[in-house]
Amino acid sequence: MRSNLTTTAKVYLAIVFVILYAPIFYLIFYSFNSGGTMSSFESFTLEHYKAVFNDNRLLVILINTTIVALLSALIATMIGTLGAIGIVSMSNKKMRRTLLSLNNILIVSPDVVIGASFLILFTMVGIQLGFTSVLISHIAFSIPIVVLMVLPKLFEMNTNLIDAALDLGANRRDVLTRVILPYIKPGIFAGFFMALTYSLDDFAVTFFVTGNGFSTLSVEIYSMARAGISLTVNAISGLVFVVTVGIVVMYYLITKRTRKSGEV
Amino acid sequence: MKFKPKATFSPYLLWIVLFVIAPIGLIFYYSLLDLNGDFTLANYRNFFTPAYLTMTLTSFWYAFLITFFTLLIAYPTAYFLTKTKHKHLWLMLVIIPSWINLLLKTYAFIGIFGLYGPVNAMIEVFGFDPTQILFTDFSFVFVAVYIFIPFMIIPIFNALDKMNPSLIYAARDLGASAFTTFRRVIFPLTIEGVKSGIQVTFIPALSLFMITRLIAGNKVITLGTAIEQQFLVAQNWGMGSTIAVFLILIMFASMRLTRKKKRGGRA
Repeated sequence: MRSNLTTTAKVYLAIVFVILYAPIFYLIFYSFNSGGTMSSFESFTLEHYKAVFNDNRLLVILINTTIVALLSALIATMIGTLGAIGIVSMSNKKMRRTLLSLNNILIVSPDVVIGASFLILFTMVGIQLGFTSVLISHIAFSIPIVVLMVLPKLFEMNTNLIDAALDLGANRRDVLTRVILPYIKPGIFAGFFMALTYSLDDFAVTFFVTGNGFSTLSVEIYSMARAGISLTVNAISGLVFVVTVGIVVMYYLITKRTRKSGEV
Repeated sequence: MKFKPKATFSPYLLWIVLFVIAPIGLIFYYSLLDLNGDFTLANYRNFFTPAYLTMTLTSFWYAFLITFFTLLIAYPTAYFLTKTKHKHLWLMLVIIPSWINLLLKTYAFIGIFGLYGPVNAMIEVFGFDPTQILFTDFSFVFVAVYIFIPFMIIPIFNALDKMNPSLIYAARDLGASAFTTFRRVIFPLTIEGVKSGIQVTFIPALSLFMITRLIAGNKVITLGTAIEQQFLVAQNWGMGSTIAVFLILIMFASMRLTRKKKRGGRA
């Protein structure tokens, strides 16, 4: 379709984009402010970025956040992918529908409810609140999104491929690793990245299940923001923005490449 | 499918039992306990007192306002986006802000709406006295709408994108005005997108608690704030669970209302 936007439409879109990006650039702009506030820009400085990298506690939190995100996304992708394959291969339609509804519960559940219920669960089972409880929670709420990303690929797959593989003497393991997994690879990637962003973006669930000793970036920013304005948070925003755009570009390139190789 | 994985499927099933079914069960169980762990219905009786009912109603009212304004802004945006030349690139640009940490975006508004922030500076230019915009219900609704806009745009964009454009031409050829075309053709065909957009906005809007704390300064109490308060501050898990039970019931109701029509799946 050719671009046929009226001027009003263009102005409208421009306003929406300005509103969407203004707060982010506002934060980054003041991260270079040598004055301590977000209202009057005094002169350019990198001291707030230095402060981030000199703050050992903050660095530990950054590392924690990354480890939790990568580990939880990895484990959730494995369990979720195998789960999706299991769901598709179920012969009982009613059971399958029930499983899918159960799968979607955590996606539509409010974070507060997930956080509160997991807190009860961990306390009952006796899991110490901290790294383990946060990691388990992140795995738990990332699994359903992985399943949802992988399922369409599985439904799209021609079952004859599996029959052919079995006829040709492949065992179940071969079918899984050499036929199904390569075919649904784009879905698995999408699931992994979604799980990653879910984990990095989560605040509420982590807030409930984290103990005193362990903190992720979101929880730390929350406590810093409650204490008032600190330009260290602005510097963190600058870093987070760069990393986010980096991840988006990477994801874009990877999906583009797999899409191309899939077409050949 | 003849392929039947068994062992590889069990972690997923275990996950469903442990992290989907058990937590809901535990919430129901705890909602029946008092502070000493004895069975009681007092929490439910408490919930139906005017204080809690007013809180629930205001929470609903705010969630409604947030969803309404988000939809009002997101629908035209999604519509115009589908008409741009590089629409998927533009959509990507809408999605990027949604991936920036929620807390950071909220924090930005503490500065923007602050007494010495840019909004008040602008107000002063027009000759008004600076006012405290932070800690009002306006700022709460504004920030929440800001947060949810991308999540509303995506499903509506997808629905509009899937629509066959010749239907619009047909409506026009048959003499429908632009408004009639929208009301009778475009909107009904994209209602599924609107429904999923509402679903990803309304329920979270009911349960937001960090925006209320940071932006509304405890002036606005949503169901989410109340749950957090009961669990982490008052340590009254029973009452917190009771509020959570109602949130879960609302969630199931909305799942039912916004459920997509069955598409033909494969056996």
